[in-house]
Amino acid sequence: MSSKSGRCRGFLLGLLFAAVASGCLPAIPPEALTLQPEAANLRVQQTRRFDTNNEGELLQASLGVLQDMGFELDESEARLGVLVASKTRDATDATQVASKILVAAFASQNMPIDVTQRIRVSLITRIISPKESTVRITFQRIVWNDMGQVSRSESLDDPELYQEFFFKLSKSLFLEAHGI
Amino acid sequence: MKTLIAVACCAMLVLGGCAPMHERILDTEQSQVQLRSIQSRAFDTTDREKTLRAVIATLQDLAFVVDKADLELGTVSATKVDGYFLRMTVSVRPRGKTEMIVRANAQFNDRPVTDPKPYQSFFAALERAMFLSANAVD
Repeated sequence: MSSKSGRCRGFLLGLLFAAVASGCLPAIPPEALTLQPEAANLRVQQTRRFDTNNEGELLQASLGVLQDMGFELDESEARLGVLVASKTRDATDATQVASKILVAAFASQNMPIDVTQRIRVSLITRIISPKESTVRITFQRIVWNDMGQVSRSESLDDPELYQEFFFKLSKSLFLEAHGI
Repeated sequence: MKTLIAVACCAMLVLGGCAPMHERILDTEQSQVQLRSIQSRAFDTTDREKTLRAVIATLQDLAFVVDKADLELGTVSATKVDGYFLRMTVSVRPRGKTEMIVRANAQFNDRPVTDPKPYQSFFAALERAMFLSANAVD
């Protein structure tokens, strides 16, 4: 009986290790590289059309807006209409701080809280007709907690974010067109 | 004590199945020819810029943010984050006088993507952006 239970325990341990070892082999989600039905809506949200075929002017105006928003330029390839920029900002959330204090006081546990975030954008211009171009911008952010771990990584889909960016870009194009 | 030794042996056996360090650095566990075939497609176009722009548009549709792009070299790198990190490099180069070869390689968190299916999905999306069909590379 005892040798049977020993074998059983050995088998379970083997299974546990297999699970742990396969845990270091997470599979890519099937949808990660598949076009999703919501892609079309996202494209609309992230894209605006402008009455110009001057891609250089669009890139200049876009860069101006990114600088207005505190982004630093990481990469650019004007011949492909590409700007890549990022910024690091505070990610502290008052609710999380309050929870951390309560958990520390009542459970003597250290609850990790978000402290910093890196916001990344890529902005792509494209001439779509002799008189029109599009600008598409995509935002994402990576959040770290006070233990130095990535606590969140996500694409930003808030429509207001995009509306505000394009409002500023339209203004920037107007200002540049008028030499202001 | 016996249990501990059994646990250690199990760990060695299971983890011993993982690739050795030099294989992890050079990713040599899969055939080079097989990998290239999974990761590459030929398109009937000679326009490198148009192809790269279509690659960028496809990556944006798949929720990637571009990391860098180089027209001269014909490359685009981009990252998707969604609770995971998926990094992709796509290169575009001419083959003969009528085709462009598009090659994509991806890394999911800390591992290379070697399964053909994600690449098939990527090239299916790229076909739509290119308005051209993607042909297997011999």
